[in-house]
Amino acid sequence: MPVDYIPRTRDLYSDFTPYRWVVNETAPFTPLKTPIAECRVAMISSGGLMYRDQPRFHREDSSYRRIPKNARRDELNVWHFGYPTHDAEQDPNCVFPLERLRELESAGVIGELTDPVFSFMGGIYSTRKVRDELAPQIVDELKRAHADAFFLVPA
Amino acid sequence: MTSALDITQSVKAPRAVFVNFPLGHQTGKPNQPELQRQIVTDAMRAFDTITVPGTIVELPYVWDANDRAWENRDYTKGWMPERPQRELADTLEAERIAKYSRA
Repeated sequence: MPVDYIPRTRDLYSDFTPYRWVVNETAPFTPLKTPIAECRVAMISSGGLMYRDQPRFHREDSSYRRIPKNARRDELNVWHFGYPTHDAEQDPNCVFPLERLRELESAGVIGELTDPVFSFMGGIYSTRKVRDELAPQIVDELKRAHADAFFLVPA
Repeated sequence: MTSALDITQSVKAPRAVFVNFPLGHQTGKPNQPELQRQIVTDAMRAFDTITVPGTIVELPYVWDANDRAWENRDYTKGWMPERPQRELADTLEAERIAKYSRA
């Protein structure tokens, strides 16, 4: 049975003011103009990935990192307080499937992976900061990259 | 991509694929590239197949066929491993920066 994470979050952080979940009534939807095999695909992970000497994330950090598409596994590091990062540190592809997406690009499953890809540290209490500060910057990045599809990987 | 079904249902993402794995493994287990590739391929194919807004496709992968106990532990008190103390964390961070500035 899938875990109910909303009540678990309430219990886990019971010493804090209850988190206000985003509740949307409808899902926004833009059909793809072409099959995914012809699309430019962008990727973001909330797993807290950093490339080489990029600054480490911290609590309530709504910044994001631009990670080169050709980054090697040994050039990636993880910082996140809200999930056990042990496996992601061993193999970032658990939450940041960069190597897999490069393979799918070579195999023609997707048209192209855009460069760079992105990561932020998703443990941000303020939904306002995410909506009004982080998200608009990412939208600008996607427009600059002429992305057709956007793959979001939470962690 | 999601492994938190109730949160994704609440947010109503345009389209999603759900895999019932513990948090921190949304695109698979460590050092299992075949499984990771299958999950990400399924996610990419969902871009072509989902036509109804808000659809969440459930993927068939099972974390451990012999042990469902992780579902009771994940994201509960005491489940997070201890973090390094601040001094050690700062040392590790200084080492990380030094490693790449040498290269």
